[in-house]
This record gives sequence, C-alpha cells and structure tokens, in this order.
Amino acid sequence: MAEFLDMGKHAVFIWTAYGFSAAALVVLALRSRASQKASEEQVAAARARRKGDN
Amino acid sequence: MAGLKTRKQQRILVLSAAIATLFGAVLLVLFALGGDSLSLFLQPLDVKNKQVEAGQHFRLGGLVEAGSFSRDDDGLTYRFTVTDCAATLPVQFKGLLPDLFREGQGVVTEGALNADGVFVATTVLAKHDENYNPPGTLPKSADQCTHPDAVSRMGR
Amino acid sequence: MHRFANPAQFNRLADAVMPWAMVATVLLFGAGLYYALAGSPPDYQQGESVRVMYVHVPAAWMGMFVYVVMAVASFAALAWRHPLALLAGKAAAPIGATFTALALITGALWGKPMWGTYWVWDGRLTSVLVQFFLYLGYMALWKSMEDEEKAGNAASILALVGLVNIPIIKFSVDWWSTLHQPASVMRLDGPTIDGAMLVPLFLMAAAYQVYFTVVFIWRMKFEINNRKLSVMRSVDMGH
Repeated sequence: MAEFLDMGKHAVFIWTAYGFSAAALVVLALRSRASQKASEEQVAAARARRKGDN
Repeated sequence: MAGLKTRKQQRILVLSAAIATLFGAVLLVLFALGGDSLSLFLQPLDVKNKQVEAGQHFRLGGLVEAGSFSRDDDGLTYRFTVTDCAATLPVQFKGLLPDLFREGQGVVTEGALNADGVFVATTVLAKHDENYNPPGTLPKSADQCTHPDAVSRMGR
Repeated sequence: MHRFANPAQFNRLADAVMPWAMVATVLLFGAGLYYALAGSPPDYQQGESVRVMYVHVPAAWMGMFVYVVMAVASFAALAWRHPLALLAGKAAAPIGATFTALALITGALWGKPMWGTYWVWDGRLTSVLVQFFLYLGYMALWKSMEDEEKAGNAASILALVGLVNIPIIKFSVDWWSTLHQPASVMRLDGPTIDGAMLVPLFLMAAAYQVYFTVVFIWRMKFEINNRKLSVMRSVDMGH
C-alpha cells in the first residue's frame, strides 16, 4: 500500500489530477441524478393534480 | 405527403452543403492564410531559410543533439545544440531545465539569436514524444535522426 | 430513426441499459484505477507522472466524442425537427464540457513537471480550449432565449459550426509544430505505447464511456420530464 501511494517527486501533480477528475465526475453524476429524480417527482405531482382537477 | 418529404430532403441537403462549405472554408483559411504562422516554433532549417535577424524574438524547437550538452564553469549556464537533422543551431540558456530535458529528445526554447549566431534562450521547455515505455526498454524509435518528431517535420 | 422519436420508447431502452451501464461503470473504474495507479509500470522518461495520462487521455477523447454526439443530435434536430434529438444535444453538452475541462486541467498538471509549463498557446491546447468555449456557448445559447425552439435552433447551429474544430484538434499536432506530443494510439503504424500501459488506458477509456452513458441517460430523462412539465403547463394555461 505504501508503494501504491508513493508517486515520486511529482506526487502532488499526479494526485491533484486524479482528485480533480474524481471530484468533477462524482459531482456531475450526483447532480444529474438528483435533478432527474426531482423532475420525476414533479411530473408525478403534476399528473396527480390534473386527475384531482377533472 | 410527397411535398413534405421533398421539403425535408431539401433541408437536409441545404444543411449538409452548408456544413461542407464551412469545413472547406475554415480548412482553406488555416492552410492558405494561417500556414506556418500557426506553428509554435521554428526549426533550425527554418531559421536558416528565413534568415532570422539577431535580436528578433522567436521560439526555436528541435531535438537536443546527442553529445552536445555542457555546463559552463559558472554552473548556471547550459549549452547545447538543437537539430532537426537538416541543420543545427547552438543554444545557450541560464536557468532551470525541465524534468524531461534530455539529449536526443525534443525541446522548445524561447529567445533570440545574438551577434555570434548563438540562440540565447530565456525559457526551455521539454517536448515529450509519442513513446510510452517501462524503464529498461527501448522505444520504437530510439535513434535520434529516425526520431519521428524530427523526420515528420523534415519534409515541410 | 423515428423509432427513437418517442420518449416512451427512449425510456424503455434507457431502463434496459441502465443497470448494465451502472455495473460496468463501477467495475471498469475499479479495474482501471487499480491498473492506472498500481498495476502498471512507470515510464522510462516520465517516471510516475505517466499515470496522469490515464485520466487525461480518456477525458480528452470523451470531450471530442461527446461533441460529435452533440453535433449529430443537432443535425437531426435541425434536419428532421426531431424533439428528442434536440434534447439529446442539450443533455450531452454539460458532460462534454466537464470532460474537456478535465482534459485541460489534467494536461496542465502533467505539463508543469514534464514540459516545464502549465500552458502554451500551441495548436493542440488552443483548439481544445476552443472546444471548451464551444460547449459553454452552446449552453449559453440555450439559456439566452425565452423561446425554447429559437434557443434550440441557435444552439444547434453553433454545435454544427463548431464541428470543424474536431479535425483541427485531431490533426493540429501533425499540421503545425506544437509542444503537445503527436498521437500515440490512433496512428497508422500502431500504438507507440507499451502494452502494459495500454491496459489501464483502455480500461479507463471504457470506464469514461459507460460513465457517460449513465449520466447521459439521467440528463435525458430530466430534459424529457421538463419538456412534459412545460407542455402540461401550457395546456393548463389554455384552460
């Protein structure tokens, strides 16, 4: 494990590159998932409202 | 229905023609007008052909000639020769060399020629080539003047 | 073509693909990261810094791939008046912009220790930056107009105009002298990357690809739902 983490003298650059990549991809996925779920609920609510109106 | 179909086809035709024209126009501009000015650096042969004057600022790129690298007695000034395998140019540089700087590998330097025809560089960047190998193995193109980075530019 | 015009049909296909794509994303990232960080050798010139390539190159490839997806969708939207195609472009753009930004950032972080600089205005770096701005412009055009249809048309035209940048990115390193290295994988005489390094590279590239599929489906569903909601609203207003 120690060897796995040892990235030599440019470790800061390597880990920053992986850190940026992971952070951006995770945030994008979570936000996309959350807004999809919210929109799904909105559509269901709108449908229920229309049924109630009629 | 037939009329609708032709209108649709017409739209596709116009759209495709517009895209093709745009591609043609942009590529024509890049090659006819842009040409070499879009290149990042000159190579030693370009410098000779263009007869660049002393004091004029430009970027010089090429391979660090094998066996040409030395350090002055002050311990700070480096000297090496940049080659494109057609012409060579001596370079002198005072500063920090990047990690990938090696004889036989590419560099991109910034500076100007002095009165003696030596290129005095203010920055030296290392240019990586396309080879990726584990330590102790030789890349596909190990010999300097068969280095694709040099040869690919020779024809220009 | 028109089979996909139906949102219900899209949703059915998406729901069938989704579980597989999610499992593949987890597995490929797991294997990819293992080989990228531990299971592959350092480079004979770059040392450990070569590992940045395994997040840089897939991001750069996907930035271009998603742009082509967006442009094809824009073409279908303009040519066939295809509402789902229009939404596909809109759903893809933020993902492509993220990949392109990551390619630029990780490239800079590799460039500093290896080249000696974060940035240089050469043909490759500049054309990739242009691609990032094309994505931003596309997204801005969508938001710039009240009329959704006009906004979608303007954005789609920009996406098609910007398509000319794709061959420029690819061939910039051959046409002009650049600091960026020439192609290592997609070249006529075969890859110049050692097999032990191609393993993590391809695993990570596949991981990015399935990741895109998952996130793209989420964003597509979001856009379809939004469209449904605005249709319902306009119908209700008509009452």
